[in-house]
Amino acid sequence: MKILSALAAGLIFGFGLTLSGMVNPARVLGFLDFAGEWDPTLAFVLAGAVLASAVGYGLMGRFAHPVFEGSFAVPTSRDIDLRLVGGSALFGIGWGLAGFCPGPAVASLSLGLGKSVLFVAAMLVGMVLFRLLPSAAPRARHA
Amino acid sequence: MSGLTSYLPAFLGGVLIGTSAALVLLLLGRIAGISGIVANLLPPVGADWMWRAAFVLGLIGGPLLFIAVTGAPPEIEIAATPVTLVVAGLLVGFGTRLGSGCTSGHGVCGLARLSPRSIVAVATFMATAILTVFIRSHVL
Repeated sequence: MKILSALAAGLIFGFGLTLSGMVNPARVLGFLDFAGEWDPTLAFVLAGAVLASAVGYGLMGRFAHPVFEGSFAVPTSRDIDLRLVGGSALFGIGWGLAGFCPGPAVASLSLGLGKSVLFVAAMLVGMVLFRLLPSAAPRARHA
Repeated sequence: MSGLTSYLPAFLGGVLIGTSAALVLLLLGRIAGISGIVANLLPPVGADWMWRAAFVLGLIGGPLLFIAVTGAPPEIEIAATPVTLVVAGLLVGFGTRLGSGCTSGHGVCGLARLSPRSIVAVATFMATAILTVFIRSHVL
């Protein structure tokens, strides 16, 4: 059941990305282009997603533990450090260059486009490169 | 597209994404952060790889379910050149690991639980993404 529920959650996530237009890099770049013909629709994706997700986090207090696990594994760190800001800054540059972030890029693999395969392959290499950093290990398991 | 024809699917799609994140939290006790889920599937894989593999399989199936339901393929246009895609992919892979999350982990989940780290992360990657698009579209 645990594996089946993960599969279902992934399917809902991927369907949501597709329905919302997030899976289309051209739409994402239009949303990020404030100085051009700004397309605000993707702000509604974030609003809907954060709202529904917040319901889940609000309900968390009513659960002694997750349905299929013994305890919740939610990050507790509150440190704002250079890694967080520097990593997020690099991610944003990549997102702005291609219009792909990890979820939509991985979901789009099923559409058989060489360009999304290329992006995901490079993304995986980037993740491996990070792991090769000597100082990478401790934080690598976070969200 | 304008008005309801584009805002409604965007909002509903968002609600589905957030519902998925809520399910991952309440059923599995985890953050639905795609970069973290994918990175932890790379070798050496951890003991808890099976739910992550199932989630990613479902994620990839999402667009196919969309085609099955609506009868039409989703609009998708990737304008970036192969070289740009490789550079962007490397930055996204490395940056999301260094910063411990992406649009889903910090955005959808982190903002919903008002995590100070995630609020800073989202503000940072939104700013650099907007700046990158601005420079590419209006300066270069």
